[in-house]
Amino acid sequence: MTALLEAEQLTVGYGAAPVLHSVDLTVAQGSITAVLGANGAGKTTLLRTLSGLLRPATGRVVLDGQDLRGVKVEQMVRRGVAHVPEGRGVVTELTVDENLRLGGLWRRDRVDAKRALDEVYDLFEPLARRRRFPGHQLSGGERQMLALGRALVGRPRLLLLDEPSLGLAPKVTAQIMGLLRTLRDRTGLTVLLVEQNVRSALSVADTGIVMSLGRVVANADAATLRDDEDMRHAYLGF
Amino acid sequence: MDRFVFLTFDGLSRGAVYAAFALALVLIWRATRIVNFAQGAMAVATAYVGYSVSAATGSYWLGFAVAVLGGLLLGAVTERVVMRLVDHSSHLNGVVVALGLVLVIQGVLGMIYGNEFRPAEAPFSREAFTVGGIALLSRFDLFVFGAVFLVVALLVVLFTRTSVGLRMRASAFAPDVSRLLGVNVGGMLTLGWALAAAVGSLAGMLVLPTELGLHPNAMDIVFVSSFTAAVVGGLDSAVGAVAGGLIVGLLLSYVSGYLGATVAPIAVLLLLVVVLLGRPGGLFSRSAARAV
Amino acid sequence: MSVTLAPKVDAGTRVPAAPRKHRYLVWAVVAAVLIVALTYALPPFRNYQLATVGAYLCVTAGLTVLTGLNGQLSLGHGALMATGAYTVAMVQEKLAGRGQWTLLVAVLAGIAVATVAGGIVGLAAARLRGPYLAGLTLAVAVVVPAIASTFDKTFNSDQGLSVYVDPPPLALGATFPYERWQAWLAWAGALLTVFLLATLVRGRFGRALRAVRDDEAAARIAGVNVARTQVLAFVVSAACAGLGGALFAVLAQSVSPGAFPISLSLFLVMAIVIGGLGSLAGAVWGAVLLVALPALTHSLTELIDVSPAVAQRLEGNLPLALFGITLIVVMLAAPGGIASLRLRRRKA
Ligand SMILES: Nc1ncnc2c1ncn2[C@@H]1O[C@H](COP(=O)(O)OP(=O)(O)OP(=O)(O)O)[C@@H](O)[C@H]1O
Ligand SMILES: [Mg+2]
Repeated sequence: MTALLEAEQLTVGYGAAPVLHSVDLTVAQGSITAVLGANGAGKTTLLRTLSGLLRPATGRVVLDGQDLRGVKVEQMVRRGVAHVPEGRGVVTELTVDENLRLGGLWRRDRVDAKRALDEVYDLFEPLARRRRFPGHQLSGGERQMLALGRALVGRPRLLLLDEPSLGLAPKVTAQIMGLLRTLRDRTGLTVLLVEQNVRSALSVADTGIVMSLGRVVANADAATLRDDEDMRHAYLGF
Repeated sequence: MDRFVFLTFDGLSRGAVYAAFALALVLIWRATRIVNFAQGAMAVATAYVGYSVSAATGSYWLGFAVAVLGGLLLGAVTERVVMRLVDHSSHLNGVVVALGLVLVIQGVLGMIYGNEFRPAEAPFSREAFTVGGIALLSRFDLFVFGAVFLVVALLVVLFTRTSVGLRMRASAFAPDVSRLLGVNVGGMLTLGWALAAAVGSLAGMLVLPTELGLHPNAMDIVFVSSFTAAVVGGLDSAVGAVAGGLIVGLLLSYVSGYLGATVAPIAVLLLLVVVLLGRPGGLFSRSAARAV
Repeated sequence: MSVTLAPKVDAGTRVPAAPRKHRYLVWAVVAAVLIVALTYALPPFRNYQLATVGAYLCVTAGLTVLTGLNGQLSLGHGALMATGAYTVAMVQEKLAGRGQWTLLVAVLAGIAVATVAGGIVGLAAARLRGPYLAGLTLAVAVVVPAIASTFDKTFNSDQGLSVYVDPPPLALGATFPYERWQAWLAWAGALLTVFLLATLVRGRFGRALRAVRDDEAAARIAGVNVARTQVLAFVVSAACAGLGGALFAVLAQSVSPGAFPISLSLFLVMAIVIGGLGSLAGAVWGAVLLVALPALTHSLTELIDVSPAVAQRLEGNLPLALFGITLIVVMLAAPGGIASLRLRRRKA
């Protein structure tokens, strides 16, 4: 098992005081890793640092053995990293089709970009029926499909998902989790999944890390985390 | 009646210019939430350069091209060197920096060219055709309509039909998301400023021959009229800017024609006040409220 | 008013109001004495410049209250000055030759008219934000020549009006220099303005001004009437602009639209931004700058050997360019722009 993504001793903050303290993280190629933790634990901050939106004060992020220091955010997608931000990041002023096309604009291979777009429409039936709808007319679930689909148009190797289940019906959440599994099995996609919905996240993940107050307090198999009652009580609230 | 017809055509011709200028303001506002108060001064600067080239080469069209391309360049440089560094925590910052630019540009123009009005020739006759004894519009008016129509059409195609346009819109609405999707947001901003400034320069070349001529302050009133046009249409709406431009153009033409040219700026101020207080989101917005 | 209203920065520096007021009075008297002494030391031309600084100070002090303390940007203060100036011209014309007291009446009338004009603009301004307000006030500045031309019977178009001003009172002696008298007049107005404003912004009103600027919603919750505060700020600063304009009319002994161009309004904004927006001391620096920089460029152009035509161009336009560049550099260098300029001044 090789590591696709590694974070070493990340310390990150928005102002003077750091929000993440010396966070270490390893994400194995082809794995699904859940990132769990209470509100304000620093999960979003971690994801934003991994995709380059935030610059760490100290520490580094390594992708495929390459240090990402100095790599611009807009280059990350070319390195196979797709980040679906918290609150989904659908550009609500653009139509469904425009949002999806945006996901593939950077690609040289126009033919495959088109193919990937069609695949997303096949995958998410509701989107295909609303191609010309502006983003703000979509339901929450549809927006989630759109944001995820837009990431998939770029055929990423690593998918950073920030709370995809936010505000979704359990059934839709289950579908999305199932989809992640399928994609991983079929294409070798690696997923880093931030979730409040601990049960569904651990049901699909291989491993999980638990964050609290900007530190990683646990790092273990998903099954272990599921069964560790103390851990669940202390940090995950069930 | 004859006079009314003439004033209507005249107003539409002026309005077309205001529409283009307002469109340029809207382009930048949508991309950066900055109203480019320096746009008038920038347009004058490129017009001076354009007319200098015309005078040196004897070719109006070469000067015209230099003015518009100069706008492109000036816009890009302005964004890269100045506007990019503006802190966005307060709305005042962008306005104040733009005002600084106005002072710099007008000062430099005054030093180089002096503060006298210089003639700005028109490439076509400004004599109106008459149809059945009624003066309608001139060749120059036709040129104005054609040029503005072409610019608007090109912008529409750019923004709705091309991937660069899609990138530009996405960058304006959601910069962070766009960057995550590989869009060079900074580059799109530069491009947006460049295009807007070029459109502004074009508008300047179209309006200066009909006003008093070249002067460092020549576009001050045009700026206010076009800002009013943009507000009338809603600062966020490109379609509104065009409609607002035509409305302001007609208003100015009727007021100048029936009440006297000196009353025109007062009419613009009144229109601006009425729209800002009555429908701050613009005449065409569904809601009357605007949170800025 | 609730405790949340007072920003933290103020809490530490707050002192009982009464000693403050006395302190300001002492300051004002000391300044007056210094100015009078200065006018005896300076040659006439310098006294005229000093007088101009005083007239500008009235305006920049008022604008500091509006923009620095209340967060409203006005590009139309040049126009408000014009209302004050034209009023003085017209009142003096009616009352010419009846004695020194007419000037006081004329100036008060100028302030009153500017206050009313400012109240009207302020009513609109209170409903507008950011670039909308800037655009509206710019439009106000642009109409000055148009109004002068449209009502040319009253305002005499571009030529403008001359302003009758009595010679210095005979009590001061027959040879009392006119420029010294002008400096006295201007600084009487300036010191009174700054004293009143300083007293005003220290109190409840000042806290309301800042609260509205920093966070309208929070101010509203804390019980501040946001719209009323904004209109009042405009009215106060318009009155100051009216006084400044009136003094300019007295100094120049004429008024015309050309004396109140858009660039004047921009200069004023520039002066207070560069001076530092947070305090009235910044307004003083701004006013000094408005007179000193053109004077400096004048001496500069005299130093270099150029043709009179070129020299004239440079003289009129170099200050413009320098002002503009300074403004841009100051804005870009201060992290956070205007907000940090305020802070820096307040700490200083
Ligand atoms: N833009 C910001 N500026 C300053 N502080 C921030 C910013 N964003 C987040 N923080 C702080 O950083 C800490 C971690 O926030 P983060 O968004 O990473 O938490 P999270 O684990 O994603 O929480 P949630 O589950 O609620 O999304 C919080 O204390 C938050 O207040
Ligand atoms: Mg989060």
